[in-house]
Amino acid sequence: MDEPLNVVVFSGTDDKLQAVAVLTAGAAALGRPVNLFLQYWALDAFRSDRIDRDHGLAPEAGAAGRVAVDALRAAGQSSWAETLRQAKELGGVDIEACSLSMDLLHLEPSDLDPLVDGVEGVTAFYLNAGQGQLLFI
Amino acid sequence: MTVLEIRQRVDARGLSCPMPIVKTAQAIKTLAAGELIEVEATDPGSVKDFAAWSRSTGNDIVEQSVDGAVFRYVIRRK
Repeated sequence: MDEPLNVVVFSGTDDKLQAVAVLTAGAAALGRPVNLFLQYWALDAFRSDRIDRDHGLAPEAGAAGRVAVDALRAAGQSSWAETLRQAKELGGVDIEACSLSMDLLHLEPSDLDPLVDGVEGVTAFYLNAGQGQLLFI
Repeated sequence: MTVLEIRQRVDARGLSCPMPIVKTAQAIKTLAAGELIEVEATDPGSVKDFAAWSRSTGNDIVEQSVDGAVFRYVIRRK
């Protein structure tokens, strides 16, 4: 299990970010390294002034999906940001902002939540990914 | 009859996947090899999750029981 799990995180809705957080925390609990590469709307959700806001759900969730997600949250499910914080405590989780998306959104590193370790380009992401699996969410 | 000496307890009741495993993985780091940790969880998925985590990490489940909706695991640190 030494090959890292690599996830390109593109979508910025709470349901998809929750899926990313669960996959990340599960891998970290197994001692497997995880590299997250934040692009576009996912990166926007990691802005320190927005991370704790409601980021909506994917269109396919619909009204019934909204109710189901709210019920799970009301039952005490950790937010995706909190789940990622717990995963980082286990170690081996690296969260990088895509430099192109930083330009796109006019962001500086200081605009981002401390969950984000740094800014890198796609070449560095591939290098760190090694031969591990790569997911796009 | 020997009574197992539990070094630490994790209350993961009410937590959804994957937090029971995450909390356990965090807590077990504070134990020495051979020491025991007890976990209580209500996530039904934890049964297969703990089995898989145990196999993968080498931390043995030495006791496992169910009491109503509560799953209890005693795990020995590798």
